Amino acid sequence: MKTNNLVNILTKNSKALMVLLSSAMIFFATFSISAGPIDTYTFPDEVTKKRFASLTYELRCPKCQNQNLADSNSPISQDLRKEVYDMLIDGRTDTEIMDFMVQRYGEFVLYRPRVSSITYILWFGPIVFILIGAYVVFLFTRRKDTEPEHLSAEQKQQLKSILKD
Amino acid sequence: MKIIIRLIPLILFLLLGLLLYRGLSLDPQSMPSALIGKSFPQFTLTRLENESQQVTNADFNPGIKLVNVWATWCPSCKVEHPFLVKLAKDDRFSLYGINYKDDRVDANQWLKYYQNPYQFSIFDDIGKLGLDLGVYGAPETFVIDHHGVIRKRFAGVLEPRVWQRQFLPLINTIEDEMAKGE
Repeated sequence: MKTNNLVNILTKNSKALMVLLSSAMIFFATFSISAGPIDTYTFPDEVTKKRFASLTYELRCPKCQNQNLADSNSPISQDLRKEVYDMLIDGRTDTEIMDFMVQRYGEFVLYRPRVSSITYILWFGPIVFILIGAYVVFLFTRRKDTEPEHLSAEQKQQLKSILKD
Repeated sequence: MKIIIRLIPLILFLLLGLLLYRGLSLDPQSMPSALIGKSFPQFTLTRLENESQQVTNADFNPGIKLVNVWATWCPSCKVEHPFLVKLAKDDRFSLYGINYKDDRVDANQWLKYYQNPYQFSIFDDIGKLGLDLGVYGAPETFVIDHHGVIRKRFAGVLEPRVWQRQFLPLINTIEDEMAKGE
């Protein structure tokens, strides 16, 4: 009977129901779900750990093309993460590790492509477009000469006095 | 002049439409290998059939080589297998296998059961050679020329249509080069 009472109260008082529901929703929304793959790598120091994180963040999974190595659970990503880890422990530099990957999987694996002749359009295209856009805006908003040319000096004087008022 | 300015949005729209339409028919999975034009990576691994027998690059035949990456865990490899058995009869090239991240016993059983099209298979259980080749799945097939240079990489199931269109012309080209002594 007690639960019935509660249901009665809630159905009669739809505002209370709303408040209850929305607070529940907000409460549960605060739990963030992180579904990354779990590796059990141990790092000698914090710096190496950070480097591993940033490398796997910037290297792309060759199989699942819209994920980086850190995110992907595919076998190839697991292997490549292991490779990155081994090379870090080996004392290789970040550039060496990036080069190693590019040599095998191509420029494609870099989420941040290098500046080279084929990536100029990627790097500088947006700037060029902004400049073009700015120029177009400038062209269209440029104030045209407001003083009409075909008026005589007297008429100009008249116009000025009208505008003054 | 005015008419041109008025047409600019239309022209831009058409260009963009063309670009996007072109994008529809592009296959994002087909990527050029970073290794085209480079030598086949050096390896020292064991033969699948015999774990005490080492194989290296020196064990490849001198002519054109087809290297097929396969595994028993890969369903598409099973689809492709009968065609490989057919290809093995062609003597213009030698067919080799890389048994990629697989179990030795299972793989040998597979070859016994489905026939063995390969001269030999390289047993790459940790995927080291696969990594050096930029392999990201199976099946993948590489064409190696008489200098040991990788000429083509194909990811996916090898079937007659792909063979006719992409592989045969390349094999002809390499044969021409060999005939010219290049």
